[in-house]
Amino acid sequence: MTTFATATRTAAEDRLLPSAAPLQLIDPDGHPGDNPGGLALPEPRMLLELYRRMVLGRRFDLQATTLTKQGRLAVYPSSHGQDACQVGAALALRDDDWLFPTYRDTVAIVTRGVDPVEALSLLRGDWHCGYDPYRYRIAPQCTPLGTSTLHAVGLAHAARLKHQDQAALVLLGDGATSEGDTHEALNFAAVWRAPAVFLVQNNGYAISVPLAKQTAAPTLAAKGIGYGIPSLLIDGNDAAAVYSAVRTGIERGSAGQGPTLIEAITYRIEAHTNADDAARYRQAGEVQSWLARDPIARLEAYLKAAALLDDDAVRRLAAEAERFAEGVRQRMNIDADLDPAELFAHVYTRPTEALEHQRAALLSELEDSAR
Amino acid sequence: MTGVLSPAGEIRSTTPAAAPVTMAGALNAALADSLSADERVLVFGEDVGTLGGVFRVTDGLAARFGERRVFDTPVAESGIIGTAIGMAMNGLVPVVEMQFDAFAYPAFEQVTSHLAKLHNRTRGLITLPIVVRIPFGGGIGGVEHHCDSSEAYYTHTPGLRVVTPGSPADAYRLLRQSIDCPDPVVFLEPKRRYWSKETAVLTTDGPAIDRAVIRRPGTDVTLISYGGTVQTGLEAAEAAAVEGWNVEVIDLRSLSPFDDPTVRESVCRTGRAVVVHEAPGFTGYGAEVAARLTEQCFHFLEAPILRVTGFDVPYPPPHLEHLHLPDTERILDAIARLQWDDSA
Repeated sequence: MTTFATATRTAAEDRLLPSAAPLQLIDPDGHPGDNPGGLALPEPRMLLELYRRMVLGRRFDLQATTLTKQGRLAVYPSSHGQDACQVGAALALRDDDWLFPTYRDTVAIVTRGVDPVEALSLLRGDWHCGYDPYRYRIAPQCTPLGTSTLHAVGLAHAARLKHQDQAALVLLGDGATSEGDTHEALNFAAVWRAPAVFLVQNNGYAISVPLAKQTAAPTLAAKGIGYGIPSLLIDGNDAAAVYSAVRTGIERGSAGQGPTLIEAITYRIEAHTNADDAARYRQAGEVQSWLARDPIARLEAYLKAAALLDDDAVRRLAAEAERFAEGVRQRMNIDADLDPAELFAHVYTRPTEALEHQRAALLSELEDSAR
Repeated sequence: MTGVLSPAGEIRSTTPAAAPVTMAGALNAALADSLSADERVLVFGEDVGTLGGVFRVTDGLAARFGERRVFDTPVAESGIIGTAIGMAMNGLVPVVEMQFDAFAYPAFEQVTSHLAKLHNRTRGLITLPIVVRIPFGGGIGGVEHHCDSSEAYYTHTPGLRVVTPGSPADAYRLLRQSIDCPDPVVFLEPKRRYWSKETAVLTTDGPAIDRAVIRRPGTDVTLISYGGTVQTGLEAAEAAAVEGWNVEVIDLRSLSPFDDPTVRESVCRTGRAVVVHEAPGFTGYGAEVAARLTEQCFHFLEAPILRVTGFDVPYPPPHLEHLHLPDTERILDAIARLQWDDSA
């Protein structure tokens, strides 16, 4: 009785499989891309905003790296080179949608409106999360790889159960696709038809391990079909494509069509963090070739050719970015006022008797040593 | 009535008259009553829907409350806990089931790195009122991976509450209290007591979620037990009475936080204490109990605090588990070693 018509299977595969080559709306030289797939070019206003946010984000990222070298941050994983993913993803979200970022996604967090100093609280070492997740609809930055994919799916499924039009976008890297939780999250999302979007920023390396040692799949996007999830393979240095792809995923989720898997091909220009030495695992020439595919230069060229941007506007934006960085620098050079008693305040919704005792002991110890 | 369990809703009488109930039935009633009382409550896990759970604790709930609120998930424990976290972040109250103690280990990272820590991570802004139900412990002739006592893994993690009931009536009370609790709760169900019966009124009135109770008052020695060993402890106390020892039996209920005042008061009064659990003794939960009671009661103690525990071996196969589990005889032996005769 079981009959699988070849034609039907092919149609299903077509629907679920990514394109052979990455979709692209704007090519590295700033010309219209020749492989847009079904992606729609964002409106000029959005293109300008993507550009502006990338310039501000890049400057912020550089400032954070500098502050780390000066000892003001405990650690900073740069997203230089992944600017289009950071900004495109954040701007594609609607107000009620949730963002689930990792430690490398501080620029996305700032782009969504979080105060930069609050956003850097984790990496400065003041507290594990410095912003109000509910105010911005941004989960705390997730450090263990892949684990937040499940949180995103749960949140998206809850929205569906409550009949709320709300999607969840989870950011992950190529390394995290090897984690079991990512597999479970893709599977749960598909079975539940949860309005979840998985954006894999494939920057080629999990710290030092190249993609070839991470997976034998033809592409990471190709994994979607195994879960019954439609997937998109896109040029991750094309902000217009990232924005449009994430938007597509959110709209699919919102229409009850379930999750979307997006693989964005990009590159991390800096080392994994300030504590890493990228020269041990990749050639300088490789970095140079990716600098030539810079996401900001590409969009700038496109906007100028379309007469949407001129040198004056570029200069004004550069000045704005400098002022922004200056503000971050000044505020990050002021030590946060940390309350030792807070160590005990949030372990449970109300401190246990044992924690009250430990807090009192620590405070009295501090009082004694201050004498 | 056939089987060991009644369908949901038939177990808890609408009148407050006491009725016989099994622990599994009491848990089922607690889930049903929580689902009725609060529409944010969801029950999900492996086989909890159509089947009603492998121990039938969720029997009838999917039919009564619908698939939106009681549902089967893919077989993926980390996925169950991880998605529960996201649901709780979005205002729901998930009560999830791990099918067996050792099958909960794939979820360990979600439990210890996220469930336990998100409230603290966000300075209290995110609360996760999630209950993780885990049938635990041995004594049912289960093959490997079905009989672990995993409590110490969880009690060692700040941010989790860990509770376990010692009787059917308390199973009802404690589960409802856990579901109402804004903190994440690991709810350990002593699976060999699922079919134990008690004639009781199911109510949430009584000791709070974080309080131990004295199940049997005594004067000579305090027997500290929890979960499956509460019944063992009570039986041992009866046997000890024949030998002339008046044993006080404490049911801890809450393993984390630990109810220091109740246990301290008892041990300082009796001057002797024995801790009983099925888990291996080495760095087991009893080590913490013995250490903190020694710190708090040293000048009242007549003898070192002793532990009666499982051996430091992987849980034995069914035909050998009786050698491993604490029983009346071993408890009596321990009581006998509590230096009763100073001149000896």
